[in-house]
Amino acid sequence: MKMKSHLLPEFMIERDEERCDNCKVCVKQCPFGVHYYDEETGKVYSKEELCVGCQRCVVYCPRNALKVIPYPGHYRPNDYWHEEYIRDIKKQAETGGIILTSCGSARRAKVYWDHILLNASQVTNPSIDPLREPMELRTFLGRKPDRLEIELDENGDVEIKTELSPNLMIETPILFAGMSYGAISYNAFKSLAMAAKRFGTLFNTGEGGMPKDMREEFKDCAIVQCASGRFGVDPEYFNYSAAIEIKIGQGAKPGIGGHLPGEKVTATISSTRMIPEGTDAISPAPHHDIYSIEDLSMLIYALKEVTNYEKPVCVKIAAVHNVAAIASGMVRAGADIIAIDGFRGGTGATPKIMREHVGIPVELALAAVDQRLREEGIRNKCSIIVGGGIRCAADVVKAIALGADAVYIGTAALIALGCTMCQRCHTGKCAWGICTQDPELSKRLNPKVGAERAYNLLRAWSLEIKDVLGGMGINAIESLRGNRDHLRGIGLEEWELKVLGIKGAGE
Amino acid sequence: MGMVVRLRDPFMDWVRRIDEIINAVNFEGNTAKIDATGLTHKELNDLIRLCVEKGADKIILKNVCGQRYIGTRLYFPGKRVEIEIYGTPGNDLGMFMNGHRIVVHGNAQDGVGNTMNEGEIVVEGRAGDVVAMSMRGGRIFIRDDVGYRTAIHMKEYREKVPVLVIGGSSQDFLGEYMAGGVVLLLGLNSKKHRANYIGTGMHGGVIYIRGKVEPYQFGKEVGIVEMEEEDYRRVEGLVEDYLKFFRGKGVDEKLEVDEVMGEKFTKLVPVSKRPYGRIYTY
Repeated sequence: MKMKSHLLPEFMIERDEERCDNCKVCVKQCPFGVHYYDEETGKVYSKEELCVGCQRCVVYCPRNALKVIPYPGHYRPNDYWHEEYIRDIKKQAETGGIILTSCGSARRAKVYWDHILLNASQVTNPSIDPLREPMELRTFLGRKPDRLEIELDENGDVEIKTELSPNLMIETPILFAGMSYGAISYNAFKSLAMAAKRFGTLFNTGEGGMPKDMREEFKDCAIVQCASGRFGVDPEYFNYSAAIEIKIGQGAKPGIGGHLPGEKVTATISSTRMIPEGTDAISPAPHHDIYSIEDLSMLIYALKEVTNYEKPVCVKIAAVHNVAAIASGMVRAGADIIAIDGFRGGTGATPKIMREHVGIPVELALAAVDQRLREEGIRNKCSIIVGGGIRCAADVVKAIALGADAVYIGTAALIALGCTMCQRCHTGKCAWGICTQDPELSKRLNPKVGAERAYNLLRAWSLEIKDVLGGMGINAIESLRGNRDHLRGIGLEEWELKVLGIKGAGE
Repeated sequence: MGMVVRLRDPFMDWVRRIDEIINAVNFEGNTAKIDATGLTHKELNDLIRLCVEKGADKIILKNVCGQRYIGTRLYFPGKRVEIEIYGTPGNDLGMFMNGHRIVVHGNAQDGVGNTMNEGEIVVEGRAGDVVAMSMRGGRIFIRDDVGYRTAIHMKEYREKVPVLVIGGSSQDFLGEYMAGGVVLLLGLNSKKHRANYIGTGMHGGVIYIRGKVEPYQFGKEVGIVEMEEEDYRRVEGLVEDYLKFFRGKGVDEKLEVDEVMGEKFTKLVPVSKRPYGRIYTY
């Protein structure tokens, strides 16, 4: 016999009876079934134990009658046996299952971005006003040659003699991170594709394939992923892309695979992934043709072969303990771009234990990788993209000064589309139409509106980056790349400063 | 500055320009013959692609010795080329291949038909590990044995159902994670199959095994079901093709379909389309 866990609600709903006119908007807006209308009394009530705190009903209530606040009641306060542990244990005692969650790590852990401060010009070199002077954010991603041989023709024009590897050109050092159609709705997926195209940057298909109807239109701004599940992977998919990314790991769940549950494999998902409707889309933990750096090299060159050496190949890994050595191997294996996803990186579903306890902060991983590749003299062989919790333009600037060529934004992009970080992506009931395959819920996000908002975010951050660059007296993002002199640490230990390769503030 | 570090690239180093290696090609009508002696992986594939661009529909490769990805760089939708290989092709033969036909007069290495999309590969010998991994269309026939992790995560979608026929036996993890397609293991050269963990995590497709195999050799996600009329018809059709391809080429000229079909067949299908659905709490 099962004993119910009798958990405390996570949120409390306060309905202002005077304001509420029982219009039922909240009933309609909530996909979790919190609000309900009672025919007998003619009134709307709430089952607050079902509330996930997404705040959809609050902002959609035409009369501002609702307040959703963290539940004030709690067990006896205990700094060690935090309520979250008690809650999880009770659930697991009831079901015997793994705790599933989504989004990125929510745990309290040192955020290195917040311990790094940026520099500005004062007296000794002039700052630049980006409103009046050109400011270059254009970024090229891909392998750069060891040396450049040039030739002057009879007119005195310079011709590059060295054969160059294919590079990606983006107008701002920000790309949308891999989020599959399946994890997110078609409308969310398309919003990011449209925004990337309009801004002149790239989006990433994630591992769920590329819908056929989008291939022609978005082929020049798509990074297509080849992950362990090889979903939706065929030669056309690879050839309709700007670049290919081999996904080895993800910051939110390093070392494990994943699966899209059968109920989310709808007709259109099934045709994009090229698997039957209703079956689990299982991504094995490793690629079963990659058990070593040599095997990785084999896949990298297989992808170059299938695309006739016309596209750069990126390899994405989660930031883990030996990330620098692994990255070195990846570059030696032939990766043109390496992507490093920190432990704050988001996901549509992951066991909580992976999200909260596995992997390392991307700031440290990035600094270690950049340093290692420089020491080995192979930094020019690849570009570095980092992701995993980039929250604002300042994080972007700090990442680039630590050595990144560009950043991936996933969570931030979804927040631009409406996400409020309720961390219920894995339920597939996203109230904002983002992380869902429910046709009714998906309709809540209009791709045109979504694209506009994602575009605006890119614009806003790019303007802010230019401002900061100008303040430093730099007029091109190139000059900031790996320029750690522009960073100082506060509240960091000696070893942390050493790993980050930066001085302490005042030093 | 310190010394200049030279990163050795085992794949791209020593690759010569087309005009330096073009002598290896001999064109006769629509048939191109390439002598692969001394060619790197990329050089050979550069030449194969060039031949197809110049209109070759049949390519004969001589003295192949470990060159990888043969057939991969031929993404020409609608075009079908036949490639005959003498020697031993390297890993990932026909990886991502899109509609061509490859015949190997000899053995093949790892990754034959890896994530192959369409076409046919016939190997008159044995093949290594991860044959037909993630294969999603077309057919592969291997005359003898295959290595580990064969047909791992093979998939199907609607009319696209990949087929793998193995004349000999397989090593462990045959059909692991298999999500679709048809695998036929004939066991013509062995008394008993050796593979363990057959079909572990299988959630789609079907595996037919001819000859002796014990229940302990199967993964826990597979179920053994009775062969039906339709299964026998399907298997018989594949056996006919197998014998057509290999009779007199290592398989006894006199071996008849009936003799092969006379042995016991075991049919394996997944227990569930969702093997890992119940391991999470709410």
